[in-house]
This record gives sequence, structure tokens and C-alpha cells, in this order.
Amino acid sequence: MKYAIINKKDLNKWVEHLMKKARLYGPKKKENLFVFRPVKDPEEISLTYIPTILPPKKYYFPQKEKLIKFNAETFTEEKGTRDPEEFILFGVHTCDIAGIQCMDVVFRENPADPYYLSRKSKMTIIGIECMKYCDTIASCTSMGNHVPRGGYDLMMVDIGDSFILHVNSEKGENLVKNLRYIREAEEEDMAALSRAREEKEKVFKNELKAPLSKIYEAFDGSFKSPVWEDVGRRCVGCGNCTASCPTCYCYDVVDDMELDLTNGTRYRIWNSCQMDDFAKVAGGEDFRKGRDSRQRHRYYRKFKYPVDKFNRYFCTGCGRCTRACVADIKLPETVNSIIDDHRSKNAV
Amino acid sequence: MPSKEKLREKMLSFPHKTTKAKILDAYMVGTNEKFFRLRLEDGKELGHEPGQFVMLSIFGFGEAPISIASSPTDNGYFDLTVRKVGVFTNELHKYGKGDTIGVRGPYGKGFPVDNMFGYDVLIVGGGLGLVPLRSLIRYIMVNRNDFGNVQILLGCKTPKELLFGEEAKDWMKRAEIKMNCTVDKADDEWKGNVGVITTLIPGVDIIPERTYAVVVGPPIMMKFTIVSLLEKKIPEHQIVLSLERRMKCGLGKCGHCQIEGVYVCQTGPVFTYNQLKGFKGECYEKGF
Repeated sequence: MKYAIINKKDLNKWVEHLMKKARLYGPKKKENLFVFRPVKDPEEISLTYIPTILPPKKYYFPQKEKLIKFNAETFTEEKGTRDPEEFILFGVHTCDIAGIQCMDVVFRENPADPYYLSRKSKMTIIGIECMKYCDTIASCTSMGNHVPRGGYDLMMVDIGDSFILHVNSEKGENLVKNLRYIREAEEEDMAALSRAREEKEKVFKNELKAPLSKIYEAFDGSFKSPVWEDVGRRCVGCGNCTASCPTCYCYDVVDDMELDLTNGTRYRIWNSCQMDDFAKVAGGEDFRKGRDSRQRHRYYRKFKYPVDKFNRYFCTGCGRCTRACVADIKLPETVNSIIDDHRSKNAV
Repeated sequence: MPSKEKLREKMLSFPHKTTKAKILDAYMVGTNEKFFRLRLEDGKELGHEPGQFVMLSIFGFGEAPISIASSPTDNGYFDLTVRKVGVFTNELHKYGKGDTIGVRGPYGKGFPVDNMFGYDVLIVGGGLGLVPLRSLIRYIMVNRNDFGNVQILLGCKTPKELLFGEEAKDWMKRAEIKMNCTVDKADDEWKGNVGVITTLIPGVDIIPERTYAVVVGPPIMMKFTIVSLLEKKIPEHQIVLSLERRMKCGLGKCGHCQIEGVYVCQTGPVFTYNQLKGFKGECYEKGF
């Protein structure tokens, strides 16, 4: 089965079926925002949602991960985490799936990260394609992530009364086969999908002023741009942008001693390149002292460095950094300023 | 994409695991610098290249990246030298002979000793930069006939701060090595040069295209030394530097040691000037 059909009225039934298979996390409303949380009742799921406060990265790259458990007296140590259990991420936007793909590339690179890889191996991803913009902040079209580009087991697309499910793996197929209420898609369903996608293309337009290759060029030539001074002046160095980013993975390694002062844990915890002492060495030298240089570093880690290294942009266009910024630094605005600045310099 | 078997193998790896190391000897070698001679408890050699570093671990205090001060030709032990500057290093200084600490590594890329075969070597060290350089100096002494002329220039703030006093005096006496020291501020006993290290460079006798210059020291010292070496016409790819950064994982992930697109813990800490000069801000404005 390549494409399957489920009627919307049967969706809850299916979710309940999935919940029996493995722990299921889905988007839920929290005050006026959304969060990924464990689902206990299918009714809790909100499939029309603005990207959640934190991306689903918290499930495959937890905020705090125990690396080793140690005993300082006997000098023994063991792996800090148990083997993870199977889990399903339900209703993941295509932008966040792109984020997972970025993380994959990073953590698979040698020396590979066993903690991430073992979580990822237990993860089933059921995505949902957005047919309308979540809000006016996202820049997913420019980043090429408004449409599915692999990286999921099943992808749900709204085609009116029902969802068409793209089956992208054996794992995914096992979740839709032999169910009374899920049938194989027919020709007219496929036609409905094409129509829905055509409608979608009328809505989703490039949010940034230049295509990706030109954005890369602009960044390449903008290390000393005055845009960074401006962004640095506004930035308060809180780190919201990096915590909420689906592709930020920097961390700190910290020891935690229990009260007996013998047993303890060495864990890693999300850290942010926006923090004051992030690049400071013991002797006192700070290699990215100004907030301008730290913000620039963040942007270059989305639009330049990973492109050189992995041929992949590490901005998914989800818009979280913009929504989370207390100083009103907007990613599309910054990128557009860099493009303008670069164009004006090169026009002379 | 790696095969399933390969991925499974990676999943079972335990990159943060430390190996126990016994402190064979420990003593002060400067006002705030302590020397440690260690041996891995499993009896294995560390298996490092000159210029690499290890992550040192004290349970409850965390980890810190420390340069290896001995050469791979030193068998049965390896040396570290650590300045007391923060919580971790203050704790480490309490450790002495017979104690056990944790080690993982070695990490990074060391000095390109194979590329340096047959070349003259000019070693320029400032302050604590002498620690990683000691691994190279000891390596060169054992493999002396692989290299041409070897000169060492050392600089520090005051004569008291010159590391490895006795050993450095021995280097000074050796016939096969030319060595020169300078201090920023002399005391009554000091008979050598006074002034920053760059004052020694114009006077060194070298054939630039046949010379590898290896420079390790504080960022600002490396910056000005490079200027002097370039004035001496040493080719950019023959100027070798080792950078200090805040490595937290040593595995090219945590981001702390990053310079532009490069993780210093994996690609460095040793670079040629040729590799570094393209870095626009973070490096050059501050010195290296």
C-alpha cells in the first residue's frame, strides 16, 4: 500500500489503535500556544496548530540526558540511560521533520552519538502536511520545507472529508494495514491530493527575498555586515531562539553529585551559543564576546556552516526563534536585511 | 547512510566512558602550574600524537580538556601540566602521587610531524603554550635525525614563570638544539633577553621555505608572532598553531569550541595558518 485513506470521523479510532502500539506524543493546546505532550485521549490532539513552543526534539534529544552514572569512591561508571522504548510522534509538521533530518546528519557523523541514535531507532513519525500557513512568521516555503521530503513513516494530507496517508516505510505500513476503516487510496483520491496540492501552491509563496543559493552567497559575503550590530544591540542574550530551534543541538556537560557525595551523574544539558560564557576559556579569553558576534554565529550555523559541511540548511523555516524572541528579532527580517545589504554592496 | 549493523554498533558505543589513570608523580613546575605523570590503569599506552589533548575527569567536578605534554615516544606513562584557574583545575591540584583520575581521549589532530620530515623546525612558545610544545620537543629529540635544524624560542612574563625549569635548562645545553628565551620583565638573576617574543624572531637564522614554524601561546602572542613569521617569508602552510578553546565533549558536537564551521576538538586543535586565515572574525580580531 503506497497511499491509504482514512475518513476524518475514524481518526480518533485510529489514534486509539496507535496508542495501544506505543507511547504516543502529539500536539496539544496549552493556553494560547501548543506543545507536544503524551496523548491519553485522542480528543486532546489539535492537528491545526502553530509550531509548538518546543520542537519535538525534546523526545530524541532531551533537555537533560544522563551520560554516565558514577561512584566517585569505587571509581565505577555505567551508561546513564536505559534503552528507550518505542514511541510515536503524531502530527509532526514537515518543518519539524526537516529538523529531525538535520539532527540525524549531525549525530550520525563520527564519532556518532549513541544516545540520540538509540532514541531515533525507536521513533515512528507520523507527519501532517500543512495546507494553510500556521501564521505569518513561518518561512517554510523559502526553506523548501512546506512540502514533505521524506524522513517520516506516514504523512497525513487533508483532502476534505478524509486524510490521505502516504506510506513511507514498512513501520508505517504496519500501522495502517488490516484495519477496517483504512482503505487503499484510489484514483480519485490521488486526484483529490493533486488538487489539494495545487490549491496549496497558490497560498504558499517564498517568504524570503532570494532563493536559497543566493541566501548562501549573501551570508558568505556578510560576515562584517552592519546588520549584525543592529541585531546584537537588540538581543538580550536569553537563548530562547536556540532552545526553541529544532536544529540547535549545542550542549554542556555537567556533573551532579548526590547528597552522599559519592554517587552522581554526568549529564548533558541543552546549552546556547547565545550565552555570555559559551565560548570563554578558563584563562578568561572569550572568543565570541559581543552579542552581535553570538547572533551572527547562530545565523551562520543555519545558513552557512552546515551548508559547507552537510549541504543542508539548518533553518527549517518553522519560525520558532522569531515567536520566542523577547527582543523582536525576526529571522525573515534579518535574512532579508542580509540579502539587501549584500545586493547593495555588490551593485556598486 | 551507514548500514543497519554499523548504526547498531554506534548505538552501543559509550563515548563518554572514562579510563582510570594512576598518578605516578606530581609536582609544581611553575607558580600555578602542576605537572602530572600518569599511567592508564589497564596498562595500555595512551597512543596519542604530539599536540593532541585528553578530556580529564574528576567525578563530581566534571571534565576539562588538557594538552598532553609528553611524546608518544615516552613509553609507560604520559604527562600533563595544568594551571590552576577554575573549579576543576583547583580540585585537580589537590591530587598527587598515587591518586586516580579519569581520562578519555586522546582527541583532535596533533602537530603534522610527518609533513615536517626533513624540514628545519622553529618552535615558538609563549607561557602555557610550552605544554603541548613539550610533546613535540620530546618527539623531535627522539627522532632527531628526521629533522633539519631545530630552534626553540620561549617567552614568558617573568623568569619564575618559565615552565619545566630543569628540563628547559637541559634543552638549552643540548648541541642539537638551539634555544633562546625572553621574559617581559627580568629579575636580578636573569641574564637572558628582555622583551616580547616577537623581538627574537627577526634575528633567527632560517631558510624560510625549508622551515616549519610551530607557534603555541596566548591568542595575542600568536597573532603578532604570525605577523613576524610572515615577514620572515615562512610560507603560510608551514606556520603551525595550536588553539585553546572550551571543549566540553571532544566529540565534535557540543559546539563550545567551534570557530565558524570548524569544531576545534576534531579538526584541530592544531591548524596551519593557511587553514585559519580564511576565518573572518572570531579568530583574527582576538588573535588566535
